[in-house]
Amino acid sequence: MDIPTNLKYTKSHEWVRLEDDGTATIGITRHAQELLGDMVFVEIPQVGRKLKQREECAVVESVKAAADVYAPISGEVIAINPELESAPEKVNEDAFSAWLFKLKPTNAADLDGLLDAAGYQKVLESEAH
Amino acid sequence: MLKTTPLNQTHRDMNAKMVDFGGWDMPLHYGSQLDEHHKVRSDAGMFDVSHMLAVDIKGETARAFLRQLFANNVDKLTQPGKALYSCMLNPQGGVIDDLIVYFLTESWFRVVVNAGTADKDMAWMQARRDELAPGLEITPRRDLAMIAVQGPNARTKVWQVIAGSQAVTESLKLFHAATFNEYFIARTGYTGEDGFEIILPATGAADFWNALHAAGVAPAGLGARDTLRLEAGMNLYGQDMDETTNPLESGLAWTVDLKSERDFIGKQALLQIPVKQQLIGLLLLDRGVLRSHQKVIARHDDKETAGEITSGGFSPTLNQSIALARLPSQVSAGDEVQVVVRDKMLRAKVVKYPFVRNGKSLI
Repeated sequence: MDIPTNLKYTKSHEWVRLEDDGTATIGITRHAQELLGDMVFVEIPQVGRKLKQREECAVVESVKAAADVYAPISGEVIAINPELESAPEKVNEDAFSAWLFKLKPTNAADLDGLLDAAGYQKVLESEAH
Repeated sequence: MLKTTPLNQTHRDMNAKMVDFGGWDMPLHYGSQLDEHHKVRSDAGMFDVSHMLAVDIKGETARAFLRQLFANNVDKLTQPGKALYSCMLNPQGGVIDDLIVYFLTESWFRVVVNAGTADKDMAWMQARRDELAPGLEITPRRDLAMIAVQGPNARTKVWQVIAGSQAVTESLKLFHAATFNEYFIARTGYTGEDGFEIILPATGAADFWNALHAAGVAPAGLGARDTLRLEAGMNLYGQDMDETTNPLESGLAWTVDLKSERDFIGKQALLQIPVKQQLIGLLLLDRGVLRSHQKVIARHDDKETAGEITSGGFSPTLNQSIALARLPSQVSAGDEVQVVVRDKMLRAKVVKYPFVRNGKSLI
């Protein structure tokens, strides 16, 4: 599976893109959407909410199940993807561009603990066994 | 080690996502559960239901035995090929399984039971046979496969594939079956659409499946089967009813014959148990998805009562979440109730089901 090398990852299948302005864009990985199947509802945290790293902050619901999304890093929610309310299937179509929300990070050290593409690939391989 | 149907390799060849379904290795979907759902509502889809078990009951005492064994009355079956939906109850009135029974001849009935309960059902039927009808043959038919072809164009596609079958099955009414060559063709289903459920020798299953596919019938997995049956308001054993619930509180009173003189296992219990709950539909008014086991809170006469969702999900046809819920009998259609979804209380409207029939919303 192609795992973009410009993103960072968590073991719980979120991706993080660090933007030039210092903010972070967050979504769920292609593997996560594949496990869940057709997406029918996405619940995203409100703008202004302050999240702690690994806090449950969003829910993605597919025809099959509901899954929690965890904040990959601490920060304040500064934007949510308005498309997903009416078109949650965007997550199935292209998980790596259908972002859920953007954070202003509050703890730079959080970023160091994220996985790179190779590290995330290993997580997927270990889950497959 | 998971059990497999005769179509297991065929599913894998079609890139199905396979899942463990009660010990069976079954297709969940072949790419998109939603697409499969819509295909069945608008055209034709097919399901491998060979994990379900056909059981042949043969002998002169067959009808008399089934009269006692099932809550519905097999005396309603007078015409060969006619089918009847029924529950099989324990003496406490709890549901051992729900099933379809076909009347073929006075000495041959065929029963189709759920996959997850098949072993338990066989043991129960054989034990009751030993008491009530020794000598009756009860034979599980694992040599047979079952394929459900469902949708507005399903019957036409089947006729294209099984040359000559149209003449024999075109006049079949709902819940009737006919035999044509090696095919047992029933006008039944679990989707709320027209179509056939076809029982055939396991050895011919893959060729038949591939021929249907070539005729334009879309393979559909257990995922779509579940959203289709939920929209159609059809009970799922193990979720909407089981051995701890009775048919009267499971939306199945219409399948229980309490009026005739006939005695059947579970009848005395059903006559005595006060019915305080009902199975009824919910339509979610807020955004979200209803799921089984979520708590439902209803208010009537200034009192709060609680119930539970037994089956919930997203309705692709209505583009809204729906559910079957077991609620106190005082709740009625039109009421608004609240459902506890994670840390939130969502509003839902109580409705009569089915939600969808023959491609159209009934809500």
